[in-house]
Amino acid sequence: MSAAIRFHDLTLGYDRHPVIHHLDGAVRRGSLTAVVGPNGAGKSTLLKGIVGTLKPLQGKVTVEAGRQHVAWLPQAADVDRSFPINVYDLVSMGLLRGSGLFGGIGRRDRHRIEEAVAAVGLTGFEDRAIGTLSGGQMQRALFARLLLQDAQVILLDEPLTAIDAKTAADLLALVRRWHSEERTVVAVLHDLDTVRSMFPETLLVAREAVAWGATGEVLTAENLLRARRMLEAPDRSAETCARAA
Amino acid sequence: MLHDLLIAPFTEFEFMRRALAGSVALSLGAGPVGVFLMLRRMSLVGDAMAHAVLPGAAIGYLAAGLSLGWMTFGGLAAGVIVALLAGVVTRTTHLREDASLAAFYLISLALGVTLVSLRGSNLDLLHVLFGTVLALDDPTLLLIASIASVSLVTLALIYRPLVLECVDPGFLRSISPAGGPTHIVFLILVVLNLVGGFHALGTLLAVGLMMLPAIAARFWTQDISLLVAVATLIGIGSGIAGLLVSFHAGLPAGPAIILAAGAAYLLSLAFGIQGGLLTRLIPRRHLEA
Repeated sequence: MSAAIRFHDLTLGYDRHPVIHHLDGAVRRGSLTAVVGPNGAGKSTLLKGIVGTLKPLQGKVTVEAGRQHVAWLPQAADVDRSFPINVYDLVSMGLLRGSGLFGGIGRRDRHRIEEAVAAVGLTGFEDRAIGTLSGGQMQRALFARLLLQDAQVILLDEPLTAIDAKTAADLLALVRRWHSEERTVVAVLHDLDTVRSMFPETLLVAREAVAWGATGEVLTAENLLRARRMLEAPDRSAETCARAA
Repeated sequence: MLHDLLIAPFTEFEFMRRALAGSVALSLGAGPVGVFLMLRRMSLVGDAMAHAVLPGAAIGYLAAGLSLGWMTFGGLAAGVIVALLAGVVTRTTHLREDASLAAFYLISLALGVTLVSLRGSNLDLLHVLFGTVLALDDPTLLLIASIASVSLVTLALIYRPLVLECVDPGFLRSISPAGGPTHIVFLILVVLNLVGGFHALGTLLAVGLMMLPAIAARFWTQDISLLVAVATLIGIGSGIAGLLVSFHAGLPAGPAIILAAGAAYLLSLAFGIQGGLLTRLIPRRHLEA
């Protein structure tokens, strides 16, 4: 199996308290993987570890193509919607890794931005301030930014939260397109019906991997119950982990 | 009549022309910096940094009296040290940046006042605290103009990472390690402008010309480029208005400039087209789409 992302005894957390610990395994190149689990299970933390914005407490995560080939859709709540910036400028940020933080945006780039805006159905919204967009429109704009990043590995953190069915369908069509282009997609999701219908592989986490493999084999009633039971709040008086290096 | 009121003070008196040039230069540098401070929700950080500059300026004063070079260097060094220490504490402990800055600036301010009182008269302390905008000499004007130029060029260079750090810091961290260095460079710009400002307006008022125009501008536009332009224009207008009021009413010039900027803020708060009180009290008819 050719891996796109490898986890080696990976433990991620905050203030020595692990949020997800001792994760081993690999995400297959070109695969479409859902990450599911209860709130606080470590799903978003895992994506932050992959993208490199959170350093591991132990172990490591390796992106075979290099982190410069990873595109990340953070949770919409992480974006400051009060900042006076319009849709066009937000989307154009997707070009920054290619052009550099100080490079110019040429005619060809402008064409690509217009194409990305059109692909997510936001043509005509280019001059709108992001603070005036609905939740679904904002998510479309962030997907347009992802399109421009043209990355081999795409990480989506709760991409379908608080958006209507039409927007969800449009965005999932983009996810299917990325999958057909053999890009590796890892998405944190809550809707298990969507996961069952569209994602061939699933990682079920609850502060550690509960099950990982074919979606039908992972999302069993028994595994889901185990995941709920395994989720515990961080213990302030916890002993040092016996497996800590 | 209008000529005597608005133009004559500047054409007849060189100290007024110098004060005007100083205020314009200050507004050109501090206005855009203030806009980004506000957008990064760091409006009070400017105030903290203004106080942090004081002990450095005081040490410069103790070493060489009212020397432009020594006080500038001292103020700059103190401001940068406080900014870096606060940054280190924020990144290595659970304290947020506002808390660590507050701790260091309070220590700084107390140290500064103690140092000045060890040697200076009350007049000297007033000079450091409230500036001498009506007595700007050539080297001071050149210093303020140079700081404005450096600020504008540097802001142009770090504009994209600075905007990204405000809008979506997680995204910036995912594509580039430039976030941390950009933040430090930006804080150094804040310190530079405050040091320029304290020669004209003093440490306590320097932050006024940085923040009040920026906050007032927020009531007039949603576009970041326009915000920078409007804040700068409000700063320049406040400089002119404050100097004229000071000249005709015999008021101290530094506080008069800041009061003019304060008036601009209150007018914007009342009449601003972007969320001003009047637009909320008398809503206009809604549009079709």
